[in-house]
Amino acid sequence: MKTIYLDNNATTAIASEVREAMMPYLGELYGNPSSMHTFGGQVAHAVAEAREQIAALLGAQPEEIIFTSCGSESDNTAIWSALQTQPEKRHIVTTALEHPAVLNVAQFWERQGYRVTRIGVDDKGRLDQDAYANSLTEDTAIVSVMFANNETGNVHPIGKMAEMAKEKGIVFHTDAVQAVGKVDIDLSKISVDMLSLSGHKLHAPKGIGVLYVRKGVRFRAFMRGGHQERGRRAGTENVPYIVGLGVAAKLAAEGFAAERSQVGALRDRLQKGLLDAIPDCRVNGDIENRLPNTANISFKNVEGEAILLMLDQLGICASSGSACTSGSLEPSHVLRAMGVPFNYAHGSIRFSLSRYNTEEEIDFVVSHMPDVIKTLRNLSPFKG
Amino acid sequence: MWDYSKTVQEHFLHPHNAGPMDDANAVGEVGSLACGDALRLYLKVSDKGVIEKASFETFGCASAIASSSMLTDMITGMQVDEALKLTNKDIVARLGGLPREKMHCSVMGEEALEAAIRNWKGEPPVPHAQEIGKLVCKCFGVTDAQIIRVIRENDLKTLEDVISYTKAGGSCGECQDEIAEILDAELKNRAEQKKIA
Repeated sequence: MKTIYLDNNATTAIASEVREAMMPYLGELYGNPSSMHTFGGQVAHAVAEAREQIAALLGAQPEEIIFTSCGSESDNTAIWSALQTQPEKRHIVTTALEHPAVLNVAQFWERQGYRVTRIGVDDKGRLDQDAYANSLTEDTAIVSVMFANNETGNVHPIGKMAEMAKEKGIVFHTDAVQAVGKVDIDLSKISVDMLSLSGHKLHAPKGIGVLYVRKGVRFRAFMRGGHQERGRRAGTENVPYIVGLGVAAKLAAEGFAAERSQVGALRDRLQKGLLDAIPDCRVNGDIENRLPNTANISFKNVEGEAILLMLDQLGICASSGSACTSGSLEPSHVLRAMGVPFNYAHGSIRFSLSRYNTEEEIDFVVSHMPDVIKTLRNLSPFKG
Repeated sequence: MWDYSKTVQEHFLHPHNAGPMDDANAVGEVGSLACGDALRLYLKVSDKGVIEKASFETFGCASAIASSSMLTDMITGMQVDEALKLTNKDIVARLGGLPREKMHCSVMGEEALEAAIRNWKGEPPVPHAQEIGKLVCKCFGVTDAQIIRVIRENDLKTLEDVISYTKAGGSCGECQDEIAEILDAELKNRAEQKKIA
């Protein structure tokens, strides 16, 4: 059975170009970039090139790029650093929609005595900008707002929000794990101070991330030890993965426009196909401001895990915000924050595409999905 | 991904006795849309109290559908009084186990069966009449009496177990302290009874 992978917000396939570029560093080029000899030094050049490739994708300077192990480490570091460098400030502003890597970190600091404001959303998942404007105070150490939401794909007005923080002298961090490579981000044009990204969301492997820290922003290391990353992140560099991430960034920059229109067209085809073929379903999110690859669709009166397992029988991979898939007993915090009614929230399915999807795959899903929903609705005691 | 047994998978993909029953003379309903799972159980009970037919409609995940399907298989042909002795543990055993987080699906089966039989007997549709205890979990509507019954039937030992089996405390979490107190009292009770034995 062929796998149809529509779960790219969870993780992505490693691009063959990325894999090939990594292979020498898993083989003969095993040197330590910190070594004095040529054998290690040549590896340092590869790391420097990757740093340039990532900086180019983001409109940043290479020295503003710090390699980390993952998006979560980047998020932890950003918040830690802002709080440690401004000990007199005791307030954190974030949103109700964040990934656990920010949500749970904010909660941790709240238990340590910090005040946390979580900006709410409307029914389309759009952040309450008035509440945001009112939340910024002299006591605010950091604002952390995700660039794009992993579940709905909503893209937030980060440029505007960062500018508002800058006017008050507040450090602005964005978790851009879902956005990098999917939407244009030019850090030379917006006043974001720190940005997190993760390799495995853009066709590099798992286990590599980046924290961008704008030049001049005060920084304190989260991981202490050696002098790597100019003393900002200790630990011997994960060279093969850094090289892979560099190539992935280059591929994203090169194929950006084409990919966005191609992936966006497939997503629209999927969404339209499903809405046309299946009664009583709705799109969750802000259709005008969404990642081109994501469609979050709720099917009334059926449960998400059951849908996923039936899709799995067809080789189709997607994910759900239903309670049953998470191991918790509640539907996703994102859909609840948006006030999605229960008869829709439990039946939400997230389809997230990539450059490797084809029209045939999308048509296969559109042709089989109505039967899946019909079968489960026939089983359900809730009708109409 | 959940680690479902082969039996659970089979009953989910090819459920037995699915759908409403036109000539049912007993119906039991538990759960709600808000809770994320719900089961409506239909029975055709003979004058002599034998369950001649059973069918179900379920909103929920694979384990909820499989538990419902298995339950209808198990009770078909049973005397009502005999069926009342079944607990969620029997359903789980026949399914070849359920992940801990999914145990509440089997409890839902037991409660629907009891509700349906009460309905057949002409009793009001309150599952576990002796259990109209104090409401503990407001999110999922679970009482202390329900919690105690599930603790006893399944020999539960931890707060996490109680949440997985009853859903109580699994949403806002406000009542978790209260659940922990109930569990502590039960565990002490159990220890003392062992001493006496």
